Amino acid sequence: MSATIITITSGKGGVGKTTATANLGASLADLGYRVVCIDADIGLRNLDVVMGLENRIVYDLVDVVEGHCKLRQAMIRDKHLQDLFLIPAAQTRDKTAVSPQDMVRITDELRQESDWILIDSPAGIERGFRNAIAPADLVLIITNPEVSAVRDADRIIGLIEAEEKGPGKLILNRVKPEMVRRGDMLATDDILDVLAIDLIGVIPEDEAILIATNRGTAASLDSKSKAGKAYRNVARRLNGEEVPFEILQANDGFFRRISRIMKPGGER
Amino acid sequence: MSFFERLRIGRRGTAYTAKKRLQTVLIHDRSGISPGLLEALKVDMIDTLSRHVEIDRGSVQLSLTKERDQQRLVADIPLANRRSRRRAT
Repeated sequence: MSATIITITSGKGGVGKTTATANLGASLADLGYRVVCIDADIGLRNLDVVMGLENRIVYDLVDVVEGHCKLRQAMIRDKHLQDLFLIPAAQTRDKTAVSPQDMVRITDELRQESDWILIDSPAGIERGFRNAIAPADLVLIITNPEVSAVRDADRIIGLIEAEEKGPGKLILNRVKPEMVRRGDMLATDDILDVLAIDLIGVIPEDEAILIATNRGTAASLDSKSKAGKAYRNVARRLNGEEVPFEILQANDGFFRRISRIMKPGGER
Repeated sequence: MSFFERLRIGRRGTAYTAKKRLQTVLIHDRSGISPGLLEALKVDMIDTLSRHVEIDRGSVQLSLTKERDQQRLVADIPLANRRSRRRAT
């Protein structure tokens, strides 16, 4: 085994890095792979609660770095998927407790016994971000269709290229098809046009994400969730499958559709 | 589609504004040239050029643009209007 290391980052906070990490981790493990998720957000850990493993933490990433435990001891097995693991961040330390070299050393050790290593990056462009991208084979940049998030994504893309970790791939999260149709939300093509980067996923806004997070499970294991399905498709694309991008349908009724057809210029 | 949405059909949605604003801000971010620096450059250019040719100071435009992958600084410098159309002798 020699794992592929994927870092999920965004620049801006709150766009869905941790949710994406948890959902991709679960999707890849569900495909039958051995997956280790690492929370690199030291001091503000959250991947543990999103994955529902907060009560099982004994050791964390800083304990491994400082030699207080073996790597294996810090790996928490998922409740549902046998081959999904979490290495949590330390909550009472700061980013300087880990160096980019530490991250490379730890992931080199993990590489031999896993298929995928997913690293959840903290927001920002400082030490925590540098730690997260240091060992990456591929960087996924996640953004939302709003000017602030796209601007930060552009900055991150530049930094990743400067670190020779580029070009990276884009996940566009929290898309509302109805707003896009109305012309009040940046469309996928607009964002790709501005950022000039390859797309690997478009995730619709979906209440199932919050519901899954409330429970500490992954929406990608819920067959009815649209966002969950979109994440499963990202996992399949990472795995080398050609999966067409799903066309997001606005939930609109018969009359709305008629008026759209009648509208001069038609729909985009 | 509601009555109010129907009213909006004639104009573009706010996504269009968002895209235009993003494109402008990213040109500045990527080049590291802030609007303030651009203004300072313009003043310096006007001073330098004025020493050699007569220019219409008020109409000089200096802007950052992007064509494909190439970012460029574009200057539009109108010469001052001379009364005579004849060549200077």
